[in-house]
Amino acid sequence: MSPRLAQKIAFTVLLLATLLVVLPVIFILGIIVAKGASAISWEFLFSMPRDGMTAGGIFPAILGTLYLVLGAILFAVPLGVLAAVYLVEYSSDNWFSRLVKLAIVNLAGVPSVVYGLFGLGIFVTFFRFGASILSGSLTLGIMILPVIITSAREALESVPRHFRVVSLSLGASRWQTIRHSVLPHALPGILTGMILGLGRAAGETAPILFTVAAFYLPRLPQSVFDQTMALPYHLYVISTQVPGIAENVRYGTALVLLSLVLLLNLAAILLRSRFRRKKKW
Amino acid sequence: MVDPAAKFSIRGLHVHYGHHCVLRDLNLEIQANEIFTVIGPANSGKTTFLHALNRLVDLAANSRTSGRILLDGIDIRAGLEVEDLRRKVGIVFALPLPLPLSIYENVVYGMRMKGVRAAAVLDEAVERSLRESYLWEEVKDRLRTPAMNLSGGQQQRLCMARILAGQPDVLLFDEPTSGLDPISTARIEETMLNLKEKYTIILVTNNVAQAARVGERTAFFLMGDLVEVSATSKMFTTPADSRTSDYITGKFG
Amino acid sequence: MTANRLRKLKEWLIEKAILLSGIFSVVFVLLIFLFLLREGFSLFHGESVGDFLFGKSWYPISDPPRFGILPLILGSLLVTLGAAAISVPIGIAAALYIAEIAPGRLKEGLKAGIELLAAIPSVVIGFIGMITLGPWIKSLFNIPTGLTALTGSVTLAFMAMPTIVSIAEDAITAVPRQYREAAIAMGATKWQTTWRIVARAARPGMVAAVMLGIGRVIGETMAVMMVTGNAAVIPASFLQPVRTLTATIAAEMGESVQGGSHYAALFAIGIVLFVITFLINGVADIYLHRSRR
Repeated sequence: MSPRLAQKIAFTVLLLATLLVVLPVIFILGIIVAKGASAISWEFLFSMPRDGMTAGGIFPAILGTLYLVLGAILFAVPLGVLAAVYLVEYSSDNWFSRLVKLAIVNLAGVPSVVYGLFGLGIFVTFFRFGASILSGSLTLGIMILPVIITSAREALESVPRHFRVVSLSLGASRWQTIRHSVLPHALPGILTGMILGLGRAAGETAPILFTVAAFYLPRLPQSVFDQTMALPYHLYVISTQVPGIAENVRYGTALVLLSLVLLLNLAAILLRSRFRRKKKW
Repeated sequence: MVDPAAKFSIRGLHVHYGHHCVLRDLNLEIQANEIFTVIGPANSGKTTFLHALNRLVDLAANSRTSGRILLDGIDIRAGLEVEDLRRKVGIVFALPLPLPLSIYENVVYGMRMKGVRAAAVLDEAVERSLRESYLWEEVKDRLRTPAMNLSGGQQQRLCMARILAGQPDVLLFDEPTSGLDPISTARIEETMLNLKEKYTIILVTNNVAQAARVGERTAFFLMGDLVEVSATSKMFTTPADSRTSDYITGKFG
Repeated sequence: MTANRLRKLKEWLIEKAILLSGIFSVVFVLLIFLFLLREGFSLFHGESVGDFLFGKSWYPISDPPRFGILPLILGSLLVTLGAAAISVPIGIAAALYIAEIAPGRLKEGLKAGIELLAAIPSVVIGFIGMITLGPWIKSLFNIPTGLTALTGSVTLAFMAMPTIVSIAEDAITAVPRQYREAAIAMGATKWQTTWRIVARAARPGMVAAVMLGIGRVIGETMAVMMVTGNAAVIPASFLQPVRTLTATIAAEMGESVQGGSHYAALFAIGIVLFVITFLINGVADIYLHRSRR
């Protein structure tokens, strides 16, 4: 077989493989939109459920997801950004910094259900927060910490090195240099990472299974110690455990969740490319 | 024998990066208000020498420094906060390195970090230092525009104004004109000659002719050693060491 | 205190907080392991580690309960291997295509598509798999239920592919341009260059990509719970329902009594999962470092 022919065949195979990866995405999006759009209405999005979930809306689940995700961000972003600052600006290449980097890699790889167990063991039981928004947010927060740290690190490392040298040579202290000549330029990247973390936290089910989620709550949560409904858990229950729910309601719930997550990811991608073009140096 | 009038008194300075010795047993005095030039081929330790004077060497993770440097009789490591040292000893780098701020904010950066806030004080410092670096007339109407928009020569003069704003004692120049055209170069050399009245100036240069034009005393560094120090005119006519004359006449470089 | 001293104190505090934040990630990993042990260890008062890991019967609610997780381990293994068999060749092939062959705009579009796939929540993928893939497999193979190990493998393959594709693509792109130029200069076709030179040079990174993808699959919970049928028995074929380690924890935690032996057994499964993914991620990280050199 001539090399040219072999190349043609090989390239076609590779293209087919790539399509095999990408086309199902379109299929999934398509079918969810097609079958779920009919369920979307003002009532669906903004009113409370009725009749054991078979009528009314999913507003508490949407609200619950927002609460949980905001709580997770409040916890993970300050901690994650400072940890990234430590790794990029303060640490030297010794055993300790390598240990920290290894720990972050491992946190990123822990299965989500193990995070759920951890949250159950430490927040629900040990700290006695019970199944609550607090427990759920903290658990989700630890889970997205690696995402925040990794993107913050990249953002900090992309700031040109000479900004730091010049600032220090003018008599600024190390922290002043970070605060005035490094962090402001890393902010877009940090923001992008934050939005990606939001998207990740919004879609996760296993960490909130044991720490906060409930299927049917008669009223909205009043404090951080209350349980709440949440979109991912809601979708799971109505598709596996509750008979008699209309098909478009199931798809509609999936559509709401998917839209939320994809919108957040899209926002992050757009932000990233916009700031890449607007760089001042 | 320590000369009490010396601006810098350097004794036994060694600098290592990891296992590599970059400066070896340096003993030297710099007088106040002189223009002191440092010449030598690449990798001789000239830049490291400058960075030792304002402790920028500390920024390299694997650097080790030993020996003693006195500034006006005070040990720069033990007797002085590093931020205060760097305000007294300013540096202009080989490439123009403006911060991504306006011209005004570049000039007042050091003062803001020190805690100076009063607008009147900052305004006065901006005008004074931009005049001293001969940039005022060219930028006085656009102080709030980005510094990145200036030409290379203008940016380098801005970097000079930046350190002058804080009223330092010593100015370090690390090959400041290597990236500039002859006209900008001449401007900067002229500025240096004028600044000598108020400041002590140490100039590292790869351009032997520049040292001859500008320097009063010159030191020749070779591969981490200080080979010879003398009055510029004497070094360029009757150097004491054969290596010096070889370098100056261009036998190697 | 003078303004200067105050500023110095504030800076000292900030720098200490920064150092503490760095330590926190290490602390969290240790805490996770510790709390898993704390709740799970009590199981081993009444049962040996060997019986737990290799016991063939998982009957947590019978009397007396049996806590052997071999069926669960085999379930996870089967689904993972199936997913790997599908996602590794396709993922590597797609990575090669995107990195080396796809033209500019198509490449950007494909990469965006992969990022989109990665972002879809696992519960949504599980939902789609359950509703579309399950019935299709059931009718295709004429079996009693469509929720099988095979369904799980196909579904999970799609969750592993974005990880494999993006990390492998990074590794392939990182191969220095000189390698390709040298090969072309000697008369090789683009395909020969890509396959023989570039892919070989990117191998450590591709191995890391595969390992991280597999790690993701082993740790996946919701999707697998919704499509594999949840039968905690030792599987005899791909067309049977199975139960994975992850799904067991998620499905049974609600029924267990806090502090009881079932509860502890579920935490013990968590320990097993933690150790497995710890090892996989550690080794993958080593390969990633090798590829970056």
